Amino acid sequence: MLVELVRKMIVAGGSLGMLLIATQVQAGGPNEICLTYANGQFDPKEPTVPADAPLTIRVKNMESKAIEFESETLKIEKVIAANSEAVLNVRAMKSGRYEFYNDFNEKARGFVNVQ
Amino acid sequence: MLAALIIVFREVFEAGLIVGIVLAVTSAVPHRLRWIGAGLFAGLAGACVVAAFAGTLTQLFEGMGQEVFNAAILSTAVIMLTWHNVWMARHGREMANELRTMGQAVAEGAKPLVALATVIAIAVLREGSEVALFLYGVAASDEGGGRALLGGGVLGLLLGVAVCLATYLGLMRIPPRALFRTTTVLITLLSAGMAAQAVFFLARANWLTWFDQVMWDSSAVLPEKGLAGRTLKALIGYTDQPTGMQLAVYVGVIVATIALMRLTTTSAPPRAVAAE
Repeated sequence: MLVELVRKMIVAGGSLGMLLIATQVQAGGPNEICLTYANGQFDPKEPTVPADAPLTIRVKNMESKAIEFESETLKIEKVIAANSEAVLNVRAMKSGRYEFYNDFNEKARGFVNVQ
Repeated sequence: MLAALIIVFREVFEAGLIVGIVLAVTSAVPHRLRWIGAGLFAGLAGACVVAAFAGTLTQLFEGMGQEVFNAAILSTAVIMLTWHNVWMARHGREMANELRTMGQAVAEGAKPLVALATVIAIAVLREGSEVALFLYGVAASDEGGGRALLGGGVLGLLLGVAVCLATYLGLMRIPPRALFRTTTVLITLLSAGMAAQAVFFLARANWLTWFDQVMWDSSAVLPEKGLAGRTLKALIGYTDQPTGMQLAVYVGVIVATIALMRLTTTSAPPRAVAAE
């Protein structure tokens, strides 16, 4: 049956794709920012990193509520559960000021200075 | 309260659009509400589970659990939507031409309904888990405004339902013959957009970094996070900074869908072709 064949093809293609993806070595950016979220604020508020290099941002949420760490310009967003931490990967960016915030509490804001 | 309304509405909005489209797609199928209801329920239950284990999920795959999970469920939705389109290309015409008995139509109609119910469950699951986490945080805090925030959340939810109904009623104004074609195009673009979003998440997880240079930046003209941007993102997978890989996968899904639909319709009985 053709539909059956198509399903098999999709499954095979998907598995092959996953295999190819899995063999990719983790890039692992050398630059890392560590942010702490407590009392409705990020700390530090304006970290600085070098331009044109991949970046990882580690966010530690010290509060008893979840936050959603988000930046439109850095193209990242991630839910971080209460009292836990998460890592976000950012592609290499040109120099500039990139705003980030907690989407669940938009008063909590900061900037990544890429230079 | 307004903040809560906006946050919840933003999350429900996308799911509302998708449910509206599915309602229109299945408008001729009997017992569809049972399936759509099951999809909604499964999505809500899944959202609560994901919200409850958000911390654990995040830590999976070396901290990339959320990204991988999103990519996986989006890929599932892409397969389901493509399956639906291919199935409809084959059987939709047969059903229309041969005036099958009601019983058969119901039995066969159930197949794509499983696919579409899964798509609904996935849409609700993705958006719902964030809403659940947000509202849980609100409910757990002792701040006086908690009740007002919950009220805002409920209003946001109702607005999301309104988006769903508006999408459905808008699509139902299209004459039945053109509706099939319209929804086929909509579902193909929806599926291509979801595939491109899956690529985005895999790139964020550093699992798929090939061709990840940004092809253009239209964020100044049509920001992805604006209302128009969000609508287009939910419907056709718009992104203001697409990567080469995202574009390739987007086009690839469209081409594959058309090819599969052609392949299945040409193997249909000749009288179905002659009726075209």
